[in-house]
Amino acid sequence: MSQMRMPRTGITRRTLLSTGAAALATPMLSRRAFAQATELTMLAWYGHAEPDIVAEFEAENNVKFVPKYYTGGDNMLGLISQSPPGTFDVILSDAEYVQALNEAGYVEELDPNDYAIDEYFPEFQNFPGNWSDGKLFSLVTRFGFLGVAYNTDALTEAEASSYNVFWDPKLTGKVGHFDWHLPNLGQMSLLNGNANPYDIDEAAWSAVKDKTMSLRPQIGGFFDYGGTFSSLNDGQMLAFAGIGDWITGVLEKNGAKVRSVIPEEGGLQWSECFSIGKGSTKAELAKKWIQYITSAKGQAKSANMAAYPALIPNQKGWEVLQAENPDEAKRQGMTKDAGNAIDMIREGRIQYRQWPVQQSLEDWNDFWSEYKGA
Amino acid sequence: MRRPLTLYGLTFSLPLLIWQLLFFVFPLVFLVALSFWTVKNFRMQPDFDTVNWVTIYGRSVFWQAYGTTLAMAAFASALVSILAFPCAYAIAFKLSDNARRWAVFLMVIPFFTSYLVRVYSWQIFLSDAGIINVMLGWIGLGPYGLLNTVGATMIGYLTLTFPLVVLLQLFSLVFIDRTLIEAAHNLRCGRLRTVFEVIVPSARVGLVIAALFAFILCFGDFVSPIYLGGGDPTTLSILITDTTKSGQQWPRAAVIALTMIGTLLVVAFAAVRFAYKGRTK
Repeated sequence: MSQMRMPRTGITRRTLLSTGAAALATPMLSRRAFAQATELTMLAWYGHAEPDIVAEFEAENNVKFVPKYYTGGDNMLGLISQSPPGTFDVILSDAEYVQALNEAGYVEELDPNDYAIDEYFPEFQNFPGNWSDGKLFSLVTRFGFLGVAYNTDALTEAEASSYNVFWDPKLTGKVGHFDWHLPNLGQMSLLNGNANPYDIDEAAWSAVKDKTMSLRPQIGGFFDYGGTFSSLNDGQMLAFAGIGDWITGVLEKNGAKVRSVIPEEGGLQWSECFSIGKGSTKAELAKKWIQYITSAKGQAKSANMAAYPALIPNQKGWEVLQAENPDEAKRQGMTKDAGNAIDMIREGRIQYRQWPVQQSLEDWNDFWSEYKGA
Repeated sequence: MRRPLTLYGLTFSLPLLIWQLLFFVFPLVFLVALSFWTVKNFRMQPDFDTVNWVTIYGRSVFWQAYGTTLAMAAFASALVSILAFPCAYAIAFKLSDNARRWAVFLMVIPFFTSYLVRVYSWQIFLSDAGIINVMLGWIGLGPYGLLNTVGATMIGYLTLTFPLVVLLQLFSLVFIDRTLIEAAHNLRCGRLRTVFEVIVPSARVGLVIAALFAFILCFGDFVSPIYLGGGDPTTLSILITDTTKSGQQWPRAAVIALTMIGTLLVVAFAAVRFAYKGRTK
């Protein structure tokens, strides 16, 4: 019987044995290849060294990324300061923390000629914090806006287009906070009409505190990353302060009825920058990675990162994204249409999220604890 | 009677001593030292400054969180003790040997899954569109806000401690001298009175230790207050994360942690003292 079947499938005993042997040996081969790959350590937010982003680069350069993920800039600084120099080859940092990285001498200087900065939108070519005394220390790679996140069944876009919606009686107990003072208080400051929400004098700071306190009875909870996802996803919270498309975009793509909108009072911008860790023995390869991820091709990939989507500063990256994934380009507002993401920045509707200028970070943090305990 | 140290004795006692020194005493000493360090520009510097103690103890938020956490943990350990007792009692006195083994096995099973996963699954039951509210909706009730409440945190605390408390209570109940119970019955002591006058006093050590464990676990728990309580009210564990989240204030977090450790030590000593009160052996 088996002899009769063989010619039909074209399988002879010899081919069967040889393919079988090859199949059995494959794990060994790939294990050898794996062992030979150079390991590149990356300190980043979750998602940046996942296969959807790094697989292509890893295959092309025979590299294996070893990620160390952190949650928040303070966590990042803590990890760097507790590790010997050279522990991390590539470091991704929120823009607020880039300056601290520079000052502490945790990152290597970059050569601007190595990167396609001229492909960036002009607003991002001299990005604050990236440069220090005319020297480049990090390069912005992606950014996003923070506004009002809302449940589309509960609120219309028009209703959600002002931070005042958080005080709506129908949302009592249904407004959530992403548990970090900086974006939440920044939004309250915008609502109070402060043009630069983080550079405010004592009177304005006092007003921001009062305004924030008046929101306390509306609040249903203070959530971390995971809690924010689940409470928006199951409709437990109908509106959220302190977040944007980096959370709702992931949920929206998975069919949840949530969106983010930049309200009329304006929105905040978070930005992530890549640097090369001080003392890295693989600085050349780290440079290659930053070249890749800031190139048009890498940028289009980064915009659509599975962990959390983001806007990208490379204009040519926009074009690649528009060609490859027009739906996502449209969803995020990275199109040629008027009112796109870059227009919002140019109209002055977006302010950088940053550390408070006239108060200490501690003042803001202490108030946030008080607010939570109230 | 004191025995001289022998190599044989040391072989068994030294590893434990080294373990305790390495993983308990040294970290604790470091934590104490850390609480006097200072932070400048996100960098911790070895120092001897009481600023962290003064700052933390001077903040009303801290004392508010302290009171809340203490009250919630105390309430949870009382609640779990009361709820677990009938269960442990039934397993100890009403079940056959075989059924008792099964019951113990069932009480161990929850430890097979991560506590975090179990707490997340409670969200599916408690949320506004969750299982409980949907079922209440069938009889025309609700929806009630169950999630992100203190009640939900209590459910989380019970999830954490209930199986352990039942097991600890059970172990003290099964070792009660049954002749004492028979004697009580022979002397015409009613069933309920036997429970309160014979069984509970006989098992006092186990019951108190079980409640103490529940208190310790709840007092330091972060998962239930944040994922079921919605981070509101602020407990000490949440306050620790808040403190570290901004400006690398690990020294201040160390002050909070040390205060928690101190509180637990006092509670533990008081509980053990109460448990063994009046015992001569």
